Amino acid sequence: MTKKKLASNWIWIAGVTLLGTGVWMSATASAGDAETAQRVARGKYLVDAIGCADCHTPLVMGPNGPARDPNHHLAGHPQQLVMPAAPKLGDGPWAFVSAGTMTAWSGPWGTSFTANLTPDRETGLGAWTEEQFMATIRTQRHLGKGRAILPPMPASVYANLNDEDLRSVFAYLQSIPAVKNRVPQPLPPAEAH
Amino acid sequence: MKLALHNFVRSRMVTTALIVTGVMLVTEAAVGVADLDCAVSELPARLSDTGLYFDIASKRIACDVLPYEPQYPLWTDGAAKKRWIRLPSTTTIDASDPDHFVFPVGTRLWKEFSFGTRVETRFMLLGADEKWRFGTYLWSVDQRDAVLAPAEGVRAACESGPGVAHDVPARADCTACHADGADAVLGFDALQLSSDRDPLASHAQVPAADGVDLARLVRSGRVRNLPQRFVDTPPRIAASSPRERAVLGYLDANCGMCHTQRAPIPGLDLDLSYSLTRAGPPAAIATAVERASRFRFPGDAELQRIAPGAPDQSVLVRRMSARQPLSQMPPLGTHAVDADALALVRDWIREDLVPTQSVATNSSSHDTRN
Repeated sequence: MTKKKLASNWIWIAGVTLLGTGVWMSATASAGDAETAQRVARGKYLVDAIGCADCHTPLVMGPNGPARDPNHHLAGHPQQLVMPAAPKLGDGPWAFVSAGTMTAWSGPWGTSFTANLTPDRETGLGAWTEEQFMATIRTQRHLGKGRAILPPMPASVYANLNDEDLRSVFAYLQSIPAVKNRVPQPLPPAEAH
Repeated sequence: MKLALHNFVRSRMVTTALIVTGVMLVTEAAVGVADLDCAVSELPARLSDTGLYFDIASKRIACDVLPYEPQYPLWTDGAAKKRWIRLPSTTTIDASDPDHFVFPVGTRLWKEFSFGTRVETRFMLLGADEKWRFGTYLWSVDQRDAVLAPAEGVRAACESGPGVAHDVPARADCTACHADGADAVLGFDALQLSSDRDPLASHAQVPAADGVDLARLVRSGRVRNLPQRFVDTPPRIAASSPRERAVLGYLDANCGMCHTQRAPIPGLDLDLSYSLTRAGPPAAIATAVERASRFRFPGDAELQRIAPGAPDQSVLVRRMSARQPLSQMPPLGTHAVDADALALVRDWIREDLVPTQSVATNSSSHDTRN
């Protein structure tokens, strides 16, 4: 075999290898993209079905009554809405109250504000890991190790979702538009301080 | 509350005994407690089956179980604690990272909590799948044995003091502090086991005469790969004052398991752990002193995490002083303020720390971190 022909063969082999690698990488990426898309779609289905937006998207008054604010989809309690002290309800039977936005709640536990679930890195879940999100739901503690998740968040219900469903919910939440909105920290009951 | 605990334990023991007696009679004879199967996902039903005791009736500890005392213990509302470790024979601990030891499969650790009498003994086991298993055992009224607590724990199992409840943790609460892998075991590392013990450490207990420390573990070959400098000189916290040394140790043991750069809380940038291998100022100094806090008590203006010279204006002190669930630190495992540690931290902030502005304007250029 001449040197020229040998070189030609090597070039041909290298070309085929590169082409094959490219096709393989492309196929792998496509499979990954498809898996992610499937997970995001499943997450959207779950988020819609289990009512996350009921409390995490503020209601605003429109021509047809209260409606979800499309600019604050899952962004939690609006930071510009500073709530006055919650009314005292006495000894019951009324036990808790809610803001008209459905994003601020007050009861025996104190006052809680619904969290920003959008992927904003500073004020939402953008810097959270999937493990931290899952630990929060599973343990019903902030990040799996902090204070308890407060009412009205039904974390004990969502803890029944399987790991794949929780991963899907997280994937969807990471895919929605980020909204910069720093939600206030919860407040202890008035009598506690 | 004690009555409720006793009734609970008694009913659990009767039920457990009926269920497991037959099985135990066969398996204990065939396997023996020392060969506890690390592959099983369930923990033994009784403490006496975990290998801690040679004879639980006399409370004689098994000969291959080693007592130890961390120099900076975790505060649990004044509980008296005893701790033990058992390593499978011929196995060793890898101390390449002196802050985070790597333990061999089959490692077991126990921590006994007493408030006058034994209340619970917590247990960790590293399984063959290299996953840690956690459980806690509730002692019976007669102190003869303890049974595995339910996974959801027991709220207000007894009182740690007048009117102060002690909660037996849920399994999920265990993992709130005990993370995966090399971060699972707390209070058993080069600093905690150093023979250069801190005389100002809060609530430190005197090690048992037969207890192990770092030097003894290295000598016996049970700890290997410890960096030579810590073999030559027992490790200690580098601090600008003896009081600061004790504060940093306390923060490391009581706060550093969650507030650590190894598993950072998103957006917080607060590290209260202490690392023997870190260069520069301790992480707690770098990330807390004169750093603004986002936490607000109702009616408060912005405060610093640690405001030099002003303990009452320091969020660290305010949250250590709180025992309201939304404000308190730590957020779990305690219902009573650690008054001794709080006094130590307050004194450190007031006496040892100087605001940067004062230092800058002080012509003597006193160095607070010599």
